[in-house]
Amino acid sequence: MTDLLVLSNQSPTPMYAQIVEQVLAKIMSGEWPPGHPLPSIRDLAARSRVSVITIKRAYLELEHAGVIVTQQGKGSFVADRPDASRAVLMDEFRAQLSALAATARTLRLDTDEVLRLVDAALSEPEDT
Amino acid sequence: MDIPSPAIALQGVHKRYGDFALRDVDLVVPTGQIMGLIGVNGAGKSTLLRLLIGLIRADGGSVEVLGQRLPEAQVAVKRSIGYASDDMRLYRGQTLRWHMDFVARIYPDWDEAYAQQLLTRFDLRAQQKLGGYSHGQRVKALLLLIFARHPRLLLLDEPTTGLDPVARGEVLDALAEVLRDEERSVLFSSHNTADVEQLADGITFLHRGAIVASSDKEHFLDRWRRVLCHGTAGPALASLPGIAAVRESAPLIELKTDAFDEALPERLRAIGLQIQSIEPMTLEDIFVTTVRQGASR
Repeated sequence: MTDLLVLSNQSPTPMYAQIVEQVLAKIMSGEWPPGHPLPSIRDLAARSRVSVITIKRAYLELEHAGVIVTQQGKGSFVADRPDASRAVLMDEFRAQLSALAATARTLRLDTDEVLRLVDAALSEPEDT
Repeated sequence: MDIPSPAIALQGVHKRYGDFALRDVDLVVPTGQIMGLIGVNGAGKSTLLRLLIGLIRADGGSVEVLGQRLPEAQVAVKRSIGYASDDMRLYRGQTLRWHMDFVARIYPDWDEAYAQQLLTRFDLRAQQKLGGYSHGQRVKALLLLIFARHPRLLLLDEPTTGLDPVARGEVLDALAEVLRDEERSVLFSSHNTADVEQLADGITFLHRGAIVASSDKEHFLDRWRRVLCHGTAGPALASLPGIAAVRESAPLIELKTDAFDEALPERLRAIGLQIQSIEPMTLEDIFVTTVRQGASR
């Protein structure tokens, strides 16, 4: 069985957001190219053991962001807009940055210190 | 286009049993949905399910199941319902195979191939007498007998209670398979919110015989947030709408709200609170907070 998402109900990320993230990852990596059909909502729900409504919500968000297109009666497909996935992830990145900035303010870190820490984080090897 | 009738529609249902009463129950489960019914022991979950299968009759209100009124259409509807509860007894002296043949003779929709799949999935031996089964195996045997009939509506009373984690996973997997068919609906009760949170489309909280909340799960999880702030809780905080619980541990205040929206952080800042974090809540936390909120009113 391929195309199965790996979801966790222990994760602080809500289930629908995990689905969005993983679909985006598949599109960004090229595993799901433009035009690639997404699994049907009910099939994906049954295989990932997640509510139908949760998958529907994730698909709706992806649709609103222009990442996928849904054709009545045919199902959903990866849209021919590679920039859309990137835009969603950039929004996510900005949201994480503002959370980071809030913690920095609580810690009373100044801009130089924050930049130094960001720089250090960027130079860490991947997968750590 | 016809609007299909919901799998379950209850309106103003009452049922009194000695000291206990179901009060003014309104509940709709659309066709194709899985509804999770959450409540503590004694909340009235089993009574509600028994009303839906026609085992007991409501004192008042209307009960419609699969588009038909109960108790009038009880016989017709029962064929399309699969009901499982702890008080159902299988014959201990007979094998599971004997039970399977028995059910297959009564229900023409019996699916032997699916029954065989479930035997493997549930790790059950069909030739074994049920007297030798463990509690978990008996629960799985009962569910197999029901699932293999492909009933249009499953009414499951605490299907995962008392199961070990492996058996629980097997039962939830089998329940997830039901999701593939958009004509089939499920109402299952549990006091374990984790089971419900994973599979249910809709969530209903039942407490002391009354429905205290019922909505689609995503809406539920979206509206509830735990907000941690710096500051002190003044009278202004109490007057904000939708604050379900407040705990103070200087200099921190923890708020739980069932009416979170984008404007709330601004409103909290306006009354002098600094927001430290905003987190989604688990269904368990939401349930406990809802029940406590009801008790303090």
